[in-house]
Amino acid sequence: MKINSLDPRISRAELDDESKIGELQGSEHFQTYEVFQQIKRGTHHQHVGNVHAPNAEMAMLFAKEQYCRRGAAVNLWVVKTADVFVTEYQDADIFETTEDKLYRDPNSYKVMDRINAFKARTNNA
Amino acid sequence: MYGNAYIETDGSKVHSILADEDPIKLAEFEARIAAGDKIEPKDWMPKEYRKQLVRMIEQHAHSEIIGALPEGTWITRAPGFRRKLALMAKVQDEVGHAQLLYSAAETLGKSREDMVNDLINGKSKYSNVFNYPAPTWADSAVIAWLIDAGAIVNQLANSKGSYGPYCRALDRICAEESFHLKYGHDNVVFLATGTPLQRQMVQEALNRWWEPIMHFFGPPDKASQHSEILMRWKVKMGSNDSMRQTFLNMYVPKIWDLGLTLPDPNLRKNEETGQWEYSEPNWDTFKQVINGNGPCNKERLAVRRMAEEKGRWVRKALLSKSDEYVTPLA
Repeated sequence: MKINSLDPRISRAELDDESKIGELQGSEHFQTYEVFQQIKRGTHHQHVGNVHAPNAEMAMLFAKEQYCRRGAAVNLWVVKTADVFVTEYQDADIFETTEDKLYRDPNSYKVMDRINAFKARTNNA
Repeated sequence: MYGNAYIETDGSKVHSILADEDPIKLAEFEARIAAGDKIEPKDWMPKEYRKQLVRMIEQHAHSEIIGALPEGTWITRAPGFRRKLALMAKVQDEVGHAQLLYSAAETLGKSREDMVNDLINGKSKYSNVFNYPAPTWADSAVIAWLIDAGAIVNQLANSKGSYGPYCRALDRICAEESFHLKYGHDNVVFLATGTPLQRQMVQEALNRWWEPIMHFFGPPDKASQHSEILMRWKVKMGSNDSMRQTFLNMYVPKIWDLGLTLPDPNLRKNEETGQWEYSEPNWDTFKQVINGNGPCNKERLAVRRMAEEKGRWVRKALLSKSDEYVTPLA
């Protein structure tokens, strides 16, 4: 039976309500691109998500449509997901000692204690 | 736009679900979630966690795609150019939400094509409300206001869940849904404060949509060990009944405020318990509709199939043989 819809565009398409289509094939995958958006000049580009696209130009088009629908944006990057080299979460121990390296932290240098002690000593002398 | 997932709960299977999981990894996984940490795509996760998340995110994605159809009915006949633009933007948003959600589900290992296949072959479900028609413009207003409101209640809860990619997608989605809610409210208020005929139109739409809205959050939960595990894993973030209560508490007063009525004589807030009392909607109808016998099930899937069929040559023409698909990163 042809579908009689409230939407005139669907009625005009004369769709068969029992029509079936074959399975889509695995080869119909587009590749994915990761999307980076810069909201304002001077700020970092930030990863916002990904799009499926057959090439970089279309990835850019989809990224603009998908991630820049509202609010400000001044620049977009798209990068093939396959080209991004990533660390594994299970290897997170490679970052573990970073926080222990206090000699890299400005807050670990407490010169005022010594200066005050020095001043106290020399003023009393 | 989405209600609660239709998670099959079978208490008797719980032990076998966890039986073949590595107890040490399972303990680490559960400790991570209990600490409020998120799970990311390549982390170890129990098979049941992956399965339920795929099912839930996929249903959500399908609901966004199919949810665009009842409202889309009114694009060609929207009353005025501004409303037409706004409705088109809303429908585009919904389709965009589906893209975000399909990507999140893909990170769990099910390809987008498999999900689309399962939708058009009828294997996957989507939110039941979209199997109902929108016979007047007022119906599209009621959908935009109240179905989206229900979806926000659910999505805000789920955005606090444990799976990183789903939470990130939901954060973006919730931000856009707040426009839908305001847009829908604006349309309902315009009709409700208009001529007697306009008021009648919106009242009739509300009467038509009340039962689907009550169905939207899913049947009353049966307490089971299975749903307890899914709550502990932060897959399910609230019971169907608690989501329904939140919705009623926020929106029934706003509906009554406009002098509109709801077709349930038992609907009232029990001031002692703070809970809303209501007549249970007909859950047999719900089951009938979800199993394919609703007024628009066939049309919704036929339209989706047409989109796939008619778009296929374009996708094929653009496809390059050398391209290799990899799952999205996050």
